[in-house]
Amino acid sequence: MVDAKLVEDLAVDLLRLAAIELPSDVKGALEKARGQESSDIAKANLDAILENIRLAESMKRPVCQDTGLIVFFLNVGHDFGSVKGVPEAIAKGTKRATEEIPLRPNAVHPITRKNSGDNTGAYVPILNWSYVEGDYLEITAFPKGGGSENMTFFSMVKPGEGIAGIKKFVIDSVISSGGQPCPPTIIGVGIGGTADLAMKLAKKCLLRPIGQRHSDPEIAKLEEELLKAINSTGIGPMGLGGNITSLDVHVDYAHCHTASLPVAVNTQCWAARRATARIYKDGSVEILSHRR
Amino acid sequence: MEYRLRIPIPESDVRKLKIGDIVYVTGTMVTARDQAHRRALALHKEGKPIPIDLRGGVVFHCGPVVKKKDGGWEIVAAGPTTSTRMELFQAEFIEAFRPSIIVGKGGMGPRTAEAMKKFGAVYCDFTGGAAVLAAKAVERVRGVEWFELGIPEAMWILEVKDFGPLLVTIDSHGNSHHANVAKIVEENRPKIYSMLGITSK
Repeated sequence: MVDAKLVEDLAVDLLRLAAIELPSDVKGALEKARGQESSDIAKANLDAILENIRLAESMKRPVCQDTGLIVFFLNVGHDFGSVKGVPEAIAKGTKRATEEIPLRPNAVHPITRKNSGDNTGAYVPILNWSYVEGDYLEITAFPKGGGSENMTFFSMVKPGEGIAGIKKFVIDSVISSGGQPCPPTIIGVGIGGTADLAMKLAKKCLLRPIGQRHSDPEIAKLEEELLKAINSTGIGPMGLGGNITSLDVHVDYAHCHTASLPVAVNTQCWAARRATARIYKDGSVEILSHRR
Repeated sequence: MEYRLRIPIPESDVRKLKIGDIVYVTGTMVTARDQAHRRALALHKEGKPIPIDLRGGVVFHCGPVVKKKDGGWEIVAAGPTTSTRMELFQAEFIEAFRPSIIVGKGGMGPRTAEAMKKFGAVYCDFTGGAAVLAAKAVERVRGVEWFELGIPEAMWILEVKDFGPLLVTIDSHGNSHHANVAKIVEENRPKIYSMLGITSK
């Protein structure tokens, strides 16, 4: 059985890594974006972003004050063994991380708006479980900012509208978001399934590193086409005008009912935070997302 | 143009500011998000005072990361939050409390712009997410009000030095940089539709 203290400590470490140090693909994409901008305002905003990333790392502070609603993705290997106690250990780690890093306590009751003070609450931290081949438990911390999460869209497109209907919904969603989700963003698109699965695919897409295309060439082509279109809007960094509105578009799909075409859009801000590690059956830990 | 202004900022200085100008502010400013705006307006309606005089002041749409330090507070990270949520309150807020500068990200709507024109205030963008950069300008936390609203929603009273660069994006003469960008995006929309093979409007 997995050592609960090990999981708790790892949850704290992953939340710290995610909050303070952006993955190298995100940093690289932002640096590249800086080189592609021509207006003073766009360049100044990207310079501030890059300077802020450096400061966060050197001062060991969260890169953004919105340290997110705490979300984890867990892949349980079939040969890993029992995961009894893991949810409790992650909740404990979340409370500790809030205090120790510190994180901003963001979890509030949806109606009374009362803040729990420790980033936990009903169904929070949010745990997304999957099952995979292997002898490890893979944990990804994915703290999700409110500004970008608010720019979430869903539509039951008419199947008769086809691919053009999907593209229109995505581009209209991005245009209506404007500068609100802190562009340059990453856009996650989930197509098909049921409404809940489409939304989950849209969010899960955001875990994929920038520049990595979908394995299906048709979907990969759609991703590239959408990215080019989004970066032709002129929204630009922070919505203040410019060439780079999104760093990437990631799409995934599921088969759906013959009567339906669900499309979900989930947006990620430039502070695209994620940190991943594996705990192996023998108790060893490997950090995958950051070099250590 | 670049300006270095001291809080409280007189209306004559605010009226000089135009969209595209860069501003740095020094003095005491406050944070306020959805809940603080709502509470301030509720108190005002009842004829009760709010904890600090905001005339000529700077209101920052921000919920900081904070740490307890030496019996007080330290601001760890303090970037702006999305300002459009405050569109519900901002025009009435400006009329009631007469701040000079609202700082946030993403811009605000026509009601706020109208109030800024009428009462002499501007809206400035600070780069969203640049939270450590913003926190560096905070010299001291003078206090916190309405703490029971929770750390993000409380009103933090901050002493700042050269807080900026703040980009003026709505001025007091009816100009909005955000509206200008939105116009360009709208002009681009048909071209983008045709790029993607979208025929319907």
